[in-house]
Amino acid sequence: MESKDADKTLVVHQLKAWDAQAVTEVIEFRGETTVVVPREHLMRAAAYLASEPSLHFSFLSDITTVDRFPLEPRFEVNYHLLSLDRNERLRLKVRLGGSDPSVHSVTEIWPTANWHERENYDLMGIRFEGHPELSRILMPDDWEGHPQRKDYPVEGFR
Amino acid sequence: MPTTIETVAGSANTMVLNMGPQHPSTHGVLRVVLELDGEIVLKARPVIGYLHTGIEKNMEAKTYSQAITMTDRIDYLAPLSNNLCYCLAVEKILGIEIPKRAQYIRVLLTEMTRIASHLVWLGTHAIDLGAMSVFLYTFREREEIMKIFEHVSGQRMMTSYFRIGGIALEPPPNWLDHIRRVIDSLPAHIDEYEGLLTNNRIWLGRTKGVGIISAEDAIAMGASGPMLRGSGVPYDIRKAFPYSSYEEFDFDIQTQTAGDCFARYQVRVAEIRESIKIVRQAMEKVPAEGPIKATAPGIIAPSREEMKSSIEGLIYHFKIYTEGFAPPPGEVYQAIESPRGELGFFVASDGSAHPYRVKVRAPSFINLQTLPRLCEGRLIADVVACIGTTDIVLGEVDR
Repeated sequence: MESKDADKTLVVHQLKAWDAQAVTEVIEFRGETTVVVPREHLMRAAAYLASEPSLHFSFLSDITTVDRFPLEPRFEVNYHLLSLDRNERLRLKVRLGGSDPSVHSVTEIWPTANWHERENYDLMGIRFEGHPELSRILMPDDWEGHPQRKDYPVEGFR
Repeated sequence: MPTTIETVAGSANTMVLNMGPQHPSTHGVLRVVLELDGEIVLKARPVIGYLHTGIEKNMEAKTYSQAITMTDRIDYLAPLSNNLCYCLAVEKILGIEIPKRAQYIRVLLTEMTRIASHLVWLGTHAIDLGAMSVFLYTFREREEIMKIFEHVSGQRMMTSYFRIGGIALEPPPNWLDHIRRVIDSLPAHIDEYEGLLTNNRIWLGRTKGVGIISAEDAIAMGASGPMLRGSGVPYDIRKAFPYSSYEEFDFDIQTQTAGDCFARYQVRVAEIRESIKIVRQAMEKVPAEGPIKATAPGIIAPSREEMKSSIEGLIYHFKIYTEGFAPPPGEVYQAIESPRGELGFFVASDGSAHPYRVKVRAPSFINLQTLPRLCEGRLIADVVACIGTTDIVLGEVDR
């Protein structure tokens, strides 16, 4: 257990040593490590984590947005990374303001992000710049609003 | 759910064909828009969302315990896997450890779920490719497993049997005898299916070399479960991140290197045999008596006797069933190996009695994304084989 914790901090250390600007906060909760990354550094940090041989986070498990309405910055986009050869998970978190919820798409690094990002766009209204085809995926094309947001009622608008 | 398809530029001789959402081989309400040149698929585009019911949104409006019933309905062929993953995620936030007996019962029943799910997959995949009798046989065995679930939990499908902190009820007497009877008969039945399919020339012709995906592509596209192992990546969450005491069980990760539909068929059939091994070990391990719920006052409801005899018990009982319980604020991601691959639950708590956000990392949804890569450049009949081996459940794709 201890060695695993040490390994995890190693990732954070390595990331900080690579570029201290790219890490604004590190959260440890129940043995899971979350690294908060500023929006403008996301692409660089993601490319580094995916390609650096000693880290090799080659598998993107999931992208999830949490809406903290009415707090600001309102949105938190979480990227769940997995390293298949080292059996390690890492969560990257990007905080986005409610007025401009946009972040660069990671589809160039992990092609699987395509549908994840479309889902986050559809249900949360996050715009992923540079996405090959940012359209709705679960809701009908002509739907108005983003149903997973906290200011969208569970029973819908009537 | 976009309704149009961009055709390949300058192709006046192609035809756009709409397959689904009402099509028997799309396993539900999947729609695939195909652009064809004669019988060759130039472009395939899955269109989903027909079964979107806002399960994640609904869960936010329920208490942590109430939300368990929604998880059954995500992947309705493996409800116990969903129950398990959600319960593990909430238990992780709460930081509670559950008794070994409950853990073994969970392992036993989730492996039975895997067998049942793979049997449905095998039967439907075979009937899609024209082998009708296999469908009848696998559903016969699957029904026996459904009877076990009914015997143990009272429900065939929407069991909600795993609860936060343990399992709902003490299993009935003789339940292990019932399981042993079914498990002992299974290996012979699997030999029977393999006898019908593995060396069958039509089966080989329809699956070998069809729908190939390389290991690199499978990883890049986020494919998991048998989709990934069929391409030669020995990755199984039960081994990589053991949960619910899986580290105490002896089983092998099944892989194949071809990456085609036949390889995925081999992986899944071998996994049924591995699951039988795990179930047998779990039957040995599970103690006849012992607690089935963790002790955590204020979170896990007290026993009936305690509720009737002590004032604290009564207060906790009332509070848990009226208000629920409030875990500490925080976020966790818990993944398990469901029959379809990496099933993950991301649960965010804000310290109230309702989950602030629940996100399901649905393996079907991500595996379906590989469909264009599997079937583009091949015959239209192969699309059916490719949809079959991705093993999607539309309830999970659309949530």
